Amino acid sequence: MAQKPKLAFYWCAACGGCDEAVLDLEEKLLDVASSADIVFWPAALDFKRHDLEAMTDGSILATFVSGAIRTTEQEEMVRLLRSKSQLVFAFGSCSHLGGVPGLANLWTRDTIFQTVYTENPSTPNVDGTLPQTNIGEDRRELGLPTFFDTVRTLDQVVAVDYYLPGCPPTPKILLAAVNQLFNGQLPEKGAVLAPDHALCEDCPRRDSHPDHLALDEFKRPQEILIDEGTCLLGQGILCLGPATRAGCEAQCIKGNMPCTGCFGPTSRVRDFGGKALSAIASVAAAKEEAGILRAFENIPDPIGTFYRYSLPSSLLKRRRLEAVR
Amino acid sequence: MPELFEPRIVAFFCNWCTYLAADLAGTSRIKYAPNARVIRVMCSGRVDAQFVLEAFARGADGVLIGGCHPGDCHYQEGNYSTLRRFELLRHLLKDIGIEEERFRLEWISASEGDKVRAVINDMVEKVRALGPLSRLPIAGGPLEEVAA
Repeated sequence: MAQKPKLAFYWCAACGGCDEAVLDLEEKLLDVASSADIVFWPAALDFKRHDLEAMTDGSILATFVSGAIRTTEQEEMVRLLRSKSQLVFAFGSCSHLGGVPGLANLWTRDTIFQTVYTENPSTPNVDGTLPQTNIGEDRRELGLPTFFDTVRTLDQVVAVDYYLPGCPPTPKILLAAVNQLFNGQLPEKGAVLAPDHALCEDCPRRDSHPDHLALDEFKRPQEILIDEGTCLLGQGILCLGPATRAGCEAQCIKGNMPCTGCFGPTSRVRDFGGKALSAIASVAAAKEEAGILRAFENIPDPIGTFYRYSLPSSLLKRRRLEAVR
Repeated sequence: MPELFEPRIVAFFCNWCTYLAADLAGTSRIKYAPNARVIRVMCSGRVDAQFVLEAFARGADGVLIGGCHPGDCHYQEGNYSTLRRFELLRHLLKDIGIEEERFRLEWISASEGDKVRAVINDMVEKVRALGPLSRLPIAGGPLEEVAA
């Protein structure tokens, strides 16, 4: 009997939601498990690094990596997984674009440690102890991973063959990718395995999109009663549907919340935040500075708004180090 | 040595007003700092935020956008789009640590050759005083450059 193809899952800087998304396959996960061997998945099964090291190079058909890269351990693990795998899939926003952990690129290791371990009022730390990477004990040197100043996307560290977007990717997106993998129907390498058009095209509220959008102000979702049937941008809610790749089945919109851009850009866009900002800025109605600034008052954090999932993959990648405190 | 630093300014000038003003400055033999690399666009409204971000990422120390005065746009309202995008992008760039003097929008009509001189000279001096814009390498860069 021919050997079953081998799959692996690994997480780096992520919340674990992508591993949840694998479980969200529900009984279809059993189909996947029956046609493949899952040889490495630390979030769900007890595998150790030495198990992976013992495998032959290239023996894993495909590895799905969720999470961005922010520690030396994550970098070592993805390099190891890369050498053991024929194909590497960036799985979810964090490995694809940097994700929410990528917003740490507004700070550095030292400023993050300072806030978390010494300034945070709910963390008593009278001795000012900060995480260390080495300890000498019983004449043994023990090492812990080092934390980088800058969070990186998976493809800034190792070569990535395919991308599954989303925070997290939907079970449908994952299942389609796995089926393409098993049936030898994957597109050209480098592809994002989701539709290549903007979410607005798939939006259930598309017909109510005004022909000409001209807003005096943006409203935050908690400030108004949002109509459940009409275009969110038309109601003054900042929705990134016009700039975001489709494929999420408009789940946020169906939940009466605006798109925040987790599926990232379409293939024609180089910098998601730049494109999203251009799209949103153009719907303000005012023609002079004071009125324009008033319209944008409810966008107090443009980086967190437009680069919520993509700062490390952006053209500028991070806040300039000189500007961090 | 800051006095040796020559800033690189990428200048997006609209075809109908500011580019003609720069042309007028040239034919009038008005002298000004040679630091601006002018890119002609049909309308300042064509300048996507990505163009500005890419200029900064690829080595510009400053980015200048020049368009028609309000009400004078060849396409009626293109420069209003520019202004809206400029205000939001200016906020974003400030938050990302790019000083405000490095990003500038000016309305310069086709007859204002002298304003081209004044704006570019002024911007070059201000950016020169700030020094070169440090940035991460565009293609990811080796570990050492991001490791703490």
